[in-house]
Amino acid sequence: MKPNTQQLNDLTIQVRRDILRMVHAVNSGHPGGSLGCTEFLVALYQNLMERKEGFDMDGIGEDLFFLSNGHISPVFYSVLARSGYFPVAELATFRLINCRLQGHPTTHDGLPGIRMASGSLGQGLSVGIGAAQAKKLNNDKHLVYTLHGDGELQEGQNWEAIMYASAKKVDNLIATVDLNGKQIDGTTDEVLCMGSLKAKFEAFDWDVLEIKEGNNLEAIIAGMNDAKSRTGKGKPVCVLLHTEMGNGVDFMMHTHAWHGKAPNDAQLEQALSQNTSTLADY
Amino acid sequence: MKKYTNTGSKDTRSGFGAGMTELGQKNENVVALCADLIGSLKFDDFKKNHPERFFQIGIAEANMIGIAAGLTIGGKIPFTGTFASFSTGRVYDQIRQSVAYSDKNVKICASHAGLTLGEDGATHQILEDIGLMKMLPGMTVINTCDYNQTKAATIALADHHGPAYLRFGRPVVPNFMPADEPFVIGKAILLNEGTDVTIVATGHLVWEALVAAEALEAKGISAEVINIHTIKPLDEEAILKSLAKTKCIVTAEEHNILGGLGESVSRVLALHHPAPQEFVAVNDSFGESGTPEQLMEKYKLNNQAIVAAAEKVIKRK
Repeated sequence: MKPNTQQLNDLTIQVRRDILRMVHAVNSGHPGGSLGCTEFLVALYQNLMERKEGFDMDGIGEDLFFLSNGHISPVFYSVLARSGYFPVAELATFRLINCRLQGHPTTHDGLPGIRMASGSLGQGLSVGIGAAQAKKLNNDKHLVYTLHGDGELQEGQNWEAIMYASAKKVDNLIATVDLNGKQIDGTTDEVLCMGSLKAKFEAFDWDVLEIKEGNNLEAIIAGMNDAKSRTGKGKPVCVLLHTEMGNGVDFMMHTHAWHGKAPNDAQLEQALSQNTSTLADY
Repeated sequence: MKKYTNTGSKDTRSGFGAGMTELGQKNENVVALCADLIGSLKFDDFKKNHPERFFQIGIAEANMIGIAAGLTIGGKIPFTGTFASFSTGRVYDQIRQSVAYSDKNVKICASHAGLTLGEDGATHQILEDIGLMKMLPGMTVINTCDYNQTKAATIALADHHGPAYLRFGRPVVPNFMPADEPFVIGKAILLNEGTDVTIVATGHLVWEALVAAEALEAKGISAEVINIHTIKPLDEEAILKSLAKTKCIVTAEEHNILGGLGESVSRVLALHHPAPQEFVAVNDSFGESGTPEQLMEKYKLNNQAIVAAAEKVIKRK
């Protein structure tokens, strides 16, 4: 049974706490984008995706998710752990030596829930397309979801993949772009303005929809269900998800400063006070 | 000296194509991906016989490597095909992260390797690919010598789990390995027994090594010739066993002297059996336009160069 709205809200707050505590503990990692995509990943794993019990690499007979912007590993790890892929206590090993929770996600150490390494940007859409085409060959009707940063779209491989997916009618794929408008050196408009991503994806013949409130669970679920309804119609589907980097922590919002910076002790306390524990901390 | 005879010259890439044709029939999980070079890679039969398992990616090699990695998720065994230059250097980071580090069962198949690409010149004549690929943890690196061996290696790769790089070429060259010779990844093949010098050759240089061994025999020098089709994992045992007899070694490859087979062999010698070694390889330069024969002569990659290297290394014993 799917969790109700209250349960999803509680989990979202707990995932935020996990993210903050994980990056604080090792004084490194990427809290900004992680917090911005918390609602999306909670909704995806707890409401939208059809998932099997357990984990196997091939993922036949279930929906698949690929995180292309691997630096938001804290939110990915927290959501995976709290969705049952590995013990929640293991979140305490994030970025530590001999751990499975590497700085950026990897299959290398056998962490359940991860199907590809990511971190070097721009590679996830191609991998997602391949997995979607394997599903078609296997006559598996399940979907492939991918998530990409907006700054990440500056990598050229994306546009090879975007061109290919529509030309080859990869219509069992929903690629979501985390449109927070920020990257390491500033706003995406300042660093390398990409103009209208909606117009660009449409020019490449994708079916594009926008979720204006990308940090609102109900808006995400409604928007993604709309996206699901558009699959199987000959076009890949792109979701432009408008999010706020650092969402849920007031001093981390409306700035790119927290892209890859951990809070200090006082900042952690302040951030956690804005996200009172709902489930148990790890 | 056992005679290996040329049973009819063919290009190694056609061996790849024949291997893919056979794999298409016997393994339904095998899929092929190509970046706008169907004819050059000899994919025509596979595409015709299995259109649903053939993916024309267009001129987009980075995307091709990523799609291949994704196809393994769901049990497919992807074989990508383009020129060696665009199979490696152009897509190194995609191979590194999405294939090697992610431990995906992708077979990166590369034609037109080395100088024997010929007239197209240095932009296409990659001489660094063996080095690039062998440095990747978990990557198997194979460089085949003729049509029969390329076909056998292609078929063997489908049963090998893990990322692999298969390197072959464009020109028509002698086909001399027995068609029924089993291809065992990582197992060198002793072609000619000898006692004075060991010649370890890979790719197109294997035939040249056999010709060189005959010339050396006429001069009263007994050369042992080893066909090293797998550069990683390297058959150290075969090399050391031969070296115990001959006490000196020549390595021969159509690759830069830096990063190729020669350096892998040097490491084995340094660790286990220090001995004189001479290198037949390109001396840290790019290639250029010309016929394959002209280029192999100019860059000293032919049987005469191997003979000279053998005579030199014997004097250093």
